Amino acid sequence: MDLGIFCKGTLDQEPVEHCFSALFALGKNPDPSYLDWLMKAWGWTLAVAVLGLFLALILGAVMGTLRTLPPENKLNRFLVRFSTAWVELFRNIPILVQVFLWYHVVPAFIPVLKSFPSYLLVSIALGFFTSARIAEQVRAGIQSLPSGQKSAATALGLTTFQSYRYVILPMALRIVIPPLTSESMNLIKNSSVAFAVSVPELTLFAMQAQEETSHGVEIYLAVTLLYALSAFAVNRVMAYIEKRSRIPGFIVANSEAAAH
Amino acid sequence: MVKAGLIAAGLLLSSMNAQAASQTLDKMKSTGAVTMGVRESSIPMSYTTGDSRFDGYHVEICRMILGDIKDKLGMNTLRINYQPVTSQNRVPLVQNGTVDIECGTTTNNTARAKDVGFANTLYVEEVRIAVKANSGIKSIADLNGKKVATTTGTTSVQLLRKHERANGVNFDEVFGKDHADSFLLLESGRADAFVMDGSILAGNIANSKNPKDYKIVGEVLSTEPIAIMVRKDDPEFKAAVNAAIAKIVANGNMPKLWNKWFLSPIPPKNIVVGLELSPATKNAWANLNDKPAEDYNKK
Repeated sequence: MDLGIFCKGTLDQEPVEHCFSALFALGKNPDPSYLDWLMKAWGWTLAVAVLGLFLALILGAVMGTLRTLPPENKLNRFLVRFSTAWVELFRNIPILVQVFLWYHVVPAFIPVLKSFPSYLLVSIALGFFTSARIAEQVRAGIQSLPSGQKSAATALGLTTFQSYRYVILPMALRIVIPPLTSESMNLIKNSSVAFAVSVPELTLFAMQAQEETSHGVEIYLAVTLLYALSAFAVNRVMAYIEKRSRIPGFIVANSEAAAH
Repeated sequence: MVKAGLIAAGLLLSSMNAQAASQTLDKMKSTGAVTMGVRESSIPMSYTTGDSRFDGYHVEICRMILGDIKDKLGMNTLRINYQPVTSQNRVPLVQNGTVDIECGTTTNNTARAKDVGFANTLYVEEVRIAVKANSGIKSIADLNGKKVATTTGTTSVQLLRKHERANGVNFDEVFGKDHADSFLLLESGRADAFVMDGSILAGNIANSKNPKDYKIVGEVLSTEPIAIMVRKDDPEFKAAVNAAIAKIVANGNMPKLWNKWFLSPIPPKNIVVGLELSPATKNAWANLNDKPAEDYNKK
């Protein structure tokens, strides 16, 4: 073990003056150390993951809700079919293949995507892939509600939109927070596929720096630690949200363990 | 009595030495098999010709070496298992014994020499720039503001970074997962140039849909000895490999091998790589050595 490797320059592998100089000038340091590079890579991992997560949560919630619409008119039936197709499409293709599709294949048909930077395309791929999984969880959450709630909303004279807005979703979205936590943590970890289309994130750093320095053990340890830390941070944030959004007396009310 | 004891101890020691000296040769003898590390797409050095068969300049040389060692060990047959390796896993696979002899496109440098051993160099690589023929890029100076592709886990990345700093040429690096990916980046316009070993560039261009659309331009960015990789803690095996190499060179086979793999149509598609023999490679044949890349680039 020689952690000094992180204080060496990436150009000549000689020790640099300030081991961690680039905190406030990322990318501008002419002679960055491996630690600078590691931090920059971490930043890319988080950027891709957070963008993807944002997309996934919105799309997932929408698609999951659409899948549970009552088939009372043509529009609803179309929306149910559309969201089902969405889920089946994006959860049946491996994430790595989806990333390649978004990067190499889709831009061949939609030229405007060619000007999109690769991190954005990877975020879209990750977001769509995860949205399919989140949609299924949201659907399960909605369908797990006692049917009396829906009936009561209808009896009150609420429209479909209103009953979802005021009765069903506020209950269902609270129930699905625990599986959403896992899915959000998965997204952080899945962001490692971004290396395949040249986003300079942690996995790419690990492969390249390992090759350059022959200090694979130290480098993979550092990268592992940062992935674990990032995923755990997401876990804590979600646990906090879960705790704050809890309604006393409903479903998760009396289980303290739910947040862990 | 004491003398006899010493002799006995000496015998014991020497036999132990012989046993410890070459695990690889012992393994070959006892199992009748050897594992060769090969690359999937490093045409013409080492590549697959389909159906899990592998061929190439280094692969053929390795077969000749292993044939020579087989004869020396007095074995009738030696089964060669082919194990595809990548830029990222080739060193660990040699270190942990999965691969006995790696016949791909590995640069012999001091960092790697800490982990593995290298046989005498038979091919000296020049790092060059491949671009689209109509791009107007002629040298490294033209790369300013352009996107330059290279493959993750290769020394070219570092080389590119050093050049960028030294010459004030600013370009964006994009990384391919492997050489085929990097070439796809160039082909699909995601990158304006692909910086890599000359043979890999020539091979990928020869293998592309329209070889005439690409050309190799510019100065030689770096000269690197590409060598066959063996285990570090097995000097006896390395000596056997080097003896076989010396024999192949002495028999005058090298120009023929070069002609076969670099200048003639090669399987499976009968493409011609078209890379002329460089003075650096010729020199390596004339003066067999296992010097690392650092010695080549001293000025």
